[in-house]
Amino acid sequence: MTINQSGWKPEIAVSGAVLASPTATGNRALMLEEPLIFEIGGMERTGVDLAEAPAAPNRLGGMERATPIGLPGLSEQETVRHYTRLSRQNYAIDLGLFPLGSCTMKHNPRLNEKVARMPGFADLHPLAPQSAVQGALAVVHELGEWLKTLTGMAAVAMSPKAGAHGELCGLLAIRAALEARGDARSVILVPESAHGTNPATAAFCGYAVEDIPATLEGRVDLAALEARLGPDVAAVMITNPNTCGLFERDMKRIADAVHAAGALVYCDGANFNAIVGRVRPGDLGIDAMHINLHKTFSTPHGGGGPGSGPVVLSEALAPFAPLPIVEKDADGVFHLVEEETAGADHGQNFGRMVAFHGQMGMFTRALAYILSHGADGLRQVAEDAVLNANYILRSLEDVLDAPFGGTGPCMHEALFSDKGLAEGFSTLDVAKGLIDEGYHPMTMYFPLVVHGAMLIEPTETESKAALDQFIMALRSVAERAKAGDEALKGAPWFAPRRRLDETLAARKPKLVWEEVGGLAEPAAAE
Amino acid sequence: MSRYFTEDHEWVDVEGEIATVGITDYAQEQLGDIVFVELPAEGATFDKGDDAAVVESVKAASDVYAPVSGEVIEANAALEGEPALVNSDAEEDGWFFKLRLTDASELESLMDEAAYAKYVDGL
Repeated sequence: MTINQSGWKPEIAVSGAVLASPTATGNRALMLEEPLIFEIGGMERTGVDLAEAPAAPNRLGGMERATPIGLPGLSEQETVRHYTRLSRQNYAIDLGLFPLGSCTMKHNPRLNEKVARMPGFADLHPLAPQSAVQGALAVVHELGEWLKTLTGMAAVAMSPKAGAHGELCGLLAIRAALEARGDARSVILVPESAHGTNPATAAFCGYAVEDIPATLEGRVDLAALEARLGPDVAAVMITNPNTCGLFERDMKRIADAVHAAGALVYCDGANFNAIVGRVRPGDLGIDAMHINLHKTFSTPHGGGGPGSGPVVLSEALAPFAPLPIVEKDADGVFHLVEEETAGADHGQNFGRMVAFHGQMGMFTRALAYILSHGADGLRQVAEDAVLNANYILRSLEDVLDAPFGGTGPCMHEALFSDKGLAEGFSTLDVAKGLIDEGYHPMTMYFPLVVHGAMLIEPTETESKAALDQFIMALRSVAERAKAGDEALKGAPWFAPRRRLDETLAARKPKLVWEEVGGLAEPAAAE
Repeated sequence: MSRYFTEDHEWVDVEGEIATVGITDYAQEQLGDIVFVELPAEGATFDKGDDAAVVESVKAASDVYAPVSGEVIEANAALEGEPALVNSDAEEDGWFFKLRLTDASELESLMDEAAYAKYVDGL
């Protein structure tokens, strides 16, 4: 027989008053209230003992700092605890399904991490002699070959550091190609269903940006596009599959029309996960496309490495690819083609995107992912990602409005609108309700072509049981929003922080910590 | 004084050759809480349909187009410190900028209040 000394029995109900009562510390058992690091530390303390700096002549010419630098001092333990406590308030792909649309928040296989941490990769120095890093160069080269094969493209630039950086690389290659033929074109067309970074990239490259409307089916309006093409159009930037989660069926016709008008086609490859192993973008007439290694090839935001956005280029753009380029000679030796070694083959390169060679840690992870899946496995990735998204779309379309649900299956992400929610209830309320249910919200209010958009991308790595639980949770929240459940307006109720005032945060942001009422007193009796 | 509307949810008040431009109450409601307004510089000239201003809410950033061609003679400085004016009074105090019209005939292609109300109902 066991004795329950606390006297508490499972059937004793905990009253609402107890749940609402405050604790002396503000902590709620394992949910710990954590102050800012500035509020914990004190400037009079430090975690390390440093010797007094030796006297040296001051050559700052009167520009030396006159006030304390204002960094908080903490012991090592305080520092470790602070960040560990904060990390417990995070949501992450390793905690649960992360339905953020267009982000491809898939599981990051631990095999990737094991490979990336091998000392031969992890301890590389970018200036090491090439003869000493042949293995690493082989990884970059082999990954590049895989990307060219999977996309059916002629060349690849490995160095861009993330998706938008890849877009910039692609547009710079397009601009270089146009300039090389003495063709001054000034406009880039961007469909409404494209990624939000596309117009920003085009503007950053100095182009004027013009919208191309979407059809009622959520796809590029081919007629409107054809009507706008002309001698001033440099390129069209298309996202395929697009941000409505739909495949641009007219892609080949669009590309043919764009090429006939003397322009080039950029494809945003952020959604490549839906078609990898099934469709080769090169066959669709695309001239440049970035690949988010950190989406399609795992390691998403907060689930692995940093971003990495290699760009594949068509025959037309290949000569303009940026340096460096990894090449393999007839003896099987790998070489870095850089400024001083670029021969006639690369004489038209448009320069460099980064100082060194790109995100080596991501190259090893992506290649580990590709080799462990194989070509057949990558094909199944796309098939299962699309299947999972359609399962969500069809499981929820009776309770949430699916604006393009009637046009056929979706690709990798399911899109819903706020139509049918009770008066005064919005997509934001649904998103906040999901937080209480233990999920990170979906992408919301994007794409703009759908009112109150909710964009959900489950990826292929979620099991049916995980999808069913998510569907149940979102169904429950959606039903409450349709019924006008006022409690939902106050959600989240159970998160470390309640609903934040996003308007005040945007209008009057506090970006710098300021001490209120002078320096904190040193804590007494430590 | 007469008021005109565009399909992109701008309103225009015309008095003589001066046009005052803002976004409609419908537009501010769709955008949600406005947090930032970027206004054109005095003296800037626009053709009808050019990007003239940017309005940013907690949900999205949107371009505001010049509903008619003209030269900017004044921007509403009050919006820089208090973008919330667009939410509280979109069609009066929350105006964006004033243009000196270059072609008054462009007004003919815009909607009147009744036509705009009907247009919004259909959205």
